[in-house]
Amino acid sequence: MKNHVLRPLWVAILLVLVILVARKIYVPKDFGINGQNYTFGFYRKANLDDWKSIKVKYNGREYCKDCHEENFKKNELFKHRIIQCENCHGPAGDHPENPTKLVIDRSRELCLRCHARLNYPDALRSKLPGIDPQKHNPDSVCVDCHQPHNPDLEV
Amino acid sequence: MKCSRRNFLQKSIYGALAVTLPLTAFKILSPGEAAAALKESNLRWAFLVDTRKCVGCGLCVKACKNENEIPYDTPVTRTWVERYVVTRDGKTRIDSPNGARDGFTSPEMLGEKIDEKEITKAFFVPKLCNHCATPACVQVCPVGATYQAPDGAVLVDRTWCIGCGYCIMACPYGVRFFHPVHKVAEKCTFCYHRISKGMQAACVQACPFGVRQMGNIKDPDDPVTKIIMSERVGVLKDEYGTKPHVFYLGLDERVR
Repeated sequence: MKNHVLRPLWVAILLVLVILVARKIYVPKDFGINGQNYTFGFYRKANLDDWKSIKVKYNGREYCKDCHEENFKKNELFKHRIIQCENCHGPAGDHPENPTKLVIDRSRELCLRCHARLNYPDALRSKLPGIDPQKHNPDSVCVDCHQPHNPDLEV
Repeated sequence: MKCSRRNFLQKSIYGALAVTLPLTAFKILSPGEAAAALKESNLRWAFLVDTRKCVGCGLCVKACKNENEIPYDTPVTRTWVERYVVTRDGKTRIDSPNGARDGFTSPEMLGEKIDEKEITKAFFVPKLCNHCATPACVQVCPVGATYQAPDGAVLVDRTWCIGCGYCIMACPYGVRFFHPVHKVAEKCTFCYHRISKGMQAACVQACPFGVRQMGNIKDPDDPVTKIIMSERVGVLKDEYGTKPHVFYLGLDERVR
């Protein structure tokens, strides 16, 4: 065959080789069919560990109980025991190391999440004790009068 | 081309041998053997939402955003709560201000005051990724960045995602969004970092009323699996064939 025909062919073959080598270098070894099939299970396997290694921030009430057992036991007697400590006290993370002190949410808005009255028939919301936020002491914070741990009592 | 009789017979025999030989390489496996060969896991996460218990406090959304570092003041969230209010005239109003991050505190909906006496029914529906068995979002990914883990969770590889947004368009449930910080597709992971440590997902833990639950649907003794098997549960948009794995108790036909 003539040279001017072969030359582009060599260029094309070289290009394919370059792409194949680059692919070999850049695609991680654990990339492939790791799941049930090609369509849904084609991924980089190490990514599973990436997701697993994310730090937990909300530790749950059992974690709080380890140190604050007295408070935990006392609050277990009241209606608000169904609410996780961290929902109001903030995510513990590595507390007591980091953060050393948790920021407590004492805002009116936090209480209103459940206790702003919504009269919906056949919804659990209407069975919770509720107020009209516009009429019921609109300028004060709930915890000024109500005890957040024992809501039956007033301060 | 010439072909003698001897030559023809010889080639026929070789041909027949070539066809039959590889058949011995195949073996009929029993279903058990096949499952063992595929190393099929005995774990498949499923989610159960009891809409009858939801009060719309939004503590699940708050916990999810904090736990998974979704910028708190951006209008995106991995899970959200919708409010449905049906009035006497047959109208259904649906809202979810800020994904219900701060809960529902006003009877006003979409800037409209609704007369209490007009309401025939109203309820809250928490939503999150359905972790489908045949997820449309995974199917459309052009680079293999999103996938289904062996335990059923649908995840996104942040280092591999090119941010093209095909998956965001493909999801029939609208659970995917663009992460404002990482600049990649983002979605609920079933709190993969928590469930793989034996903890509950952040939203499940934060819910005061036990609306949200998680379990292993391959374990018949799992309390959540028992409910899914024995009670009347529904899934969202079944007609899409995505086989969602978030099951709802008390689902209304108006929920989309």
